[in-house]
Amino acid sequence: MFVARSIAADHRDLIHDVSFDFHGRRMATCSSDQSVKVWDKSENGDWHCTASWKTHSGSVWRVTWAHPEFGQVLASCSFDRTAAVWEEIVGESNDKLRGQSHWVKRTTLVDSRTSVTDVKFAPKHMGLMLATCSADGVVRIYEAPDVMNLSQWSLQHEISCKLSCSCISWNPSSSRAHSPMIAVGSDDNSPNILAKVQIYEYNENTRKYAKAEALMTVTDPVHDIAFAPNLGRSFHILAVATKDVRIFTLKPLRKELTSSGGLTKFEIHIVAQFDNHNSQVWRVSWNITGTVLASSGDDGCVRLWKANYMDNWKCTGILKGNGSPVNGSSQQGIFNASLGSANTSLQNSLNGSSASRYFFPPLDSPRAGSRWSSHAQLLPPPPLIEQSCDADAANLQYPHPRRRCVSRPLNLLPENEGV
Amino acid sequence: SVSTQDPALHGQYSTQVSILSAMELIWNLCEILFVEAAAAGPLLLRLLDWVRLHVCDVDSMVREVLGSENPSKHKLFWNVVDIFVLQGRMDEARHLLSKEATANPTSMNMYKILDDLMKKMPVPTLGNTQTLTELELKWQHWHEECQRYLQDGTFASNPHMESICKILLGDEDAILEKKELMTTWYHFLVTRLLYSHPTVKPMELRFYAQSSMDLFLGGESSPEPLDMILMAAFEFEMHQVIKECSIVLSNWWFVAHLTDLLDHCKLLQSHNLYFGSNMREFLLLEYASGLFSHHSLWQLGVDYFDHCPEYGRVYLELHIERIPLSTEQKALKVLRICEQRQMHEQVRSVCKIMAMKALRNNRLGSALSWSIRAKDAAFATLISDRFLKDYCERGCFSDLDLIDNLGPSMLLSDRLTFLGKYREFHRLYGEKRFPEAARLLLTLMTAHIAPCSFWMTLLTDALPLLEQKEIIFSAEQTYELMRCLEDLTAGNPDKQKFQEDDVETTKVEMLRLALARNLARVIVKEGTVEGS
Repeated sequence: MFVARSIAADHRDLIHDVSFDFHGRRMATCSSDQSVKVWDKSENGDWHCTASWKTHSGSVWRVTWAHPEFGQVLASCSFDRTAAVWEEIVGESNDKLRGQSHWVKRTTLVDSRTSVTDVKFAPKHMGLMLATCSADGVVRIYEAPDVMNLSQWSLQHEISCKLSCSCISWNPSSSRAHSPMIAVGSDDNSPNILAKVQIYEYNENTRKYAKAEALMTVTDPVHDIAFAPNLGRSFHILAVATKDVRIFTLKPLRKELTSSGGLTKFEIHIVAQFDNHNSQVWRVSWNITGTVLASSGDDGCVRLWKANYMDNWKCTGILKGNGSPVNGSSQQGIFNASLGSANTSLQNSLNGSSASRYFFPPLDSPRAGSRWSSHAQLLPPPPLIEQSCDADAANLQYPHPRRRCVSRPLNLLPENEGV
Repeated sequence: SVSTQDPALHGQYSTQVSILSAMELIWNLCEILFVEAAAAGPLLLRLLDWVRLHVCDVDSMVREVLGSENPSKHKLFWNVVDIFVLQGRMDEARHLLSKEATANPTSMNMYKILDDLMKKMPVPTLGNTQTLTELELKWQHWHEECQRYLQDGTFASNPHMESICKILLGDEDAILEKKELMTTWYHFLVTRLLYSHPTVKPMELRFYAQSSMDLFLGGESSPEPLDMILMAAFEFEMHQVIKECSIVLSNWWFVAHLTDLLDHCKLLQSHNLYFGSNMREFLLLEYASGLFSHHSLWQLGVDYFDHCPEYGRVYLELHIERIPLSTEQKALKVLRICEQRQMHEQVRSVCKIMAMKALRNNRLGSALSWSIRAKDAAFATLISDRFLKDYCERGCFSDLDLIDNLGPSMLLSDRLTFLGKYREFHRLYGEKRFPEAARLLLTLMTAHIAPCSFWMTLLTDALPLLEQKEIIFSAEQTYELMRCLEDLTAGNPDKQKFQEDDVETTKVEMLRLALARNLARVIVKEGTVEGS
């Protein structure tokens, strides 16, 4: 069950991206109105806009936060062919009282000749580094060698992907067993069967990024891509937002088995594929532990996906863009009735649909802005079982034959949903 | 919950209470069946306790009747007697019946017989005073005796007592007539067992449970989630119990703890599912993760993660670094937890974040202490530089307390060491311990503790010492100073800078003059023989 809160974003045009900072207390939105807004969460849970400023001379496609170890830093990218890095300046006490803060531009990255479609900071163990990707298919990796000087960034790598790029994702794994890795998605629309997801890996020997893999099964335009946080697994998990939601595992093959010197190749499996959105999926986002994936689609819904402890992925929740629950409320009747007569103290109100039953205060997961920004970026959610979803949310795949006295046809669970 | 006036709140609280009661009911049953694994005999006694404890709607009725002046005349009198019998509370039933007997002497005979039957009823005992076979035998005899009295029409004139006798005989219809009193099918189940199969074995429960539910509900109503959970328990389907609870409860609290308990009793593994212990950890991880989204309950989550051997640590690492460090207190709490568990990277990260925040707000002292805690030499150097820069610009130090009390942490970075020592120099100067101050000042340069960029400032600091009436620097020290000055000016490739900058040139000139004068004085002093 979700509590949805609406925020009047006051952008004058479509909102293209929403991004939470590392601790989930600040939020940035960017829009076709060429501005970026920063929102801060107050003690009582309300979001206030603490900064709003023009950032580019074209639509701003994405905005992202750097790790707080580097201070309060944002990066944005735009149709105007540039990406920019911004730092918050601690303002005058007047501003603080008014609840406003100032952001100054530290650098503009102007190397791209076409619209810059995504910008993402690298994992913090790599230093202060970011990657951009452009509509002309070039991925650029920049580094700021002095983390205290955000105006000095140098272009370290240029990767030509051959297809127009729409999204990138750094592998967050800080394990020494994994070299830096970046996934690139393409929304190239021309009719071809080229792989729309490519994986590039840094080679310590050549000191360059080289293509390590291409997901041949993804041939439709890709809108978003996201590596899951690594829990010490030897393999990687990648989510792809395309015409459906897909989750891949990539197991690095042992170096001895690969041909080209030094590069690992991967054993790729698709562990889940969901077309429940029944439309283009625009965003995918992982929670902190990489155990829940959120996706948003053109059906105006956000869906949550979770694997049970036998590694079967299922839907555990659906949220409509306007905050109303989907399907679940109609089933209230079955679970609502009290047991036996009215004077029993064991009134069975084990009702899964009522929002008042929480042991913990509900997590506020505000969805800002227009439907274009139903970007579900996750904070740790309270684990929920949703009856509103046509899936076995109980994570117990015990193949027990249902008794006849069953109140809900649980054996109709689409056990084969996905894979 | 009863005291709340606000109806909405009241509603919410009573919902919570009923959920909690339902959980208690399930938990206790699981304890009896799974944990204690009560065997035939004690099993029935436990189930009777369970029913008495949890199905207690009748308590108010009982109180009312017993509290009245003339209980046997109370309209609910026989209800209370019946419920006592249904729950196997023989002594209490007999006590009430005696009141009826005294009030109605005509039924004395009947009463005596019934009372005797009830007294003699064989029940399982705890402890090994009788075997099941003995019990069954005794029970058979007793059952036959009851049967005889019933068939003889002993109780024919008193329908209440006759009904009680039928109940004693385990007559299902007679028991079912008291549906309203029992209120639940599981009460019915236990009553049935008491009066027809007191030596029921655990594995036989499932059949009785199923038929009890069918008979009780009678096709009028369908079972509810709670019923299904209890049924699964009676069928010893532990996993089913967990599964049903998971579906119906809104969070993992109950399920995680129940699974944990069962796992500790090694019950999940024995149920031929190899992932028994993984399921326990899975649920605990889920529960604890949920706790982390709460502003204060996250601290409980830490302990839960500690008890998850496989993934607990990594989950904790990932969750704890996301705790918003809104106050220094909170940051310290997080740090303590990480330090206790040797999560060095998280410690470093939290300290760095706090140091950065402090630095941005120009709280250099705070930033420095966080860097020291993070053992972040690079950042400590950076902040020390800031301090020194501040000093150069303003002529005084901020956060003196901190710098004065650095202690061994001063050694974290060279720059920090210099900062500490330089401040010490100022302290010595302030305390007029000039020779010591002088020595320290010199050491800072000769031992290369001071960065070259700072030498000018140090030499300038030496000026007042050189111009004291008393001679402070010895000849050798003066030579050292002069050498430092020459190193500084000669080493500077851009001599023009010194020439263009008037202030700098003047300073150098003054220094050279002061050093020369001091040298002159000290040579004379040191050359003078005492007493001559």
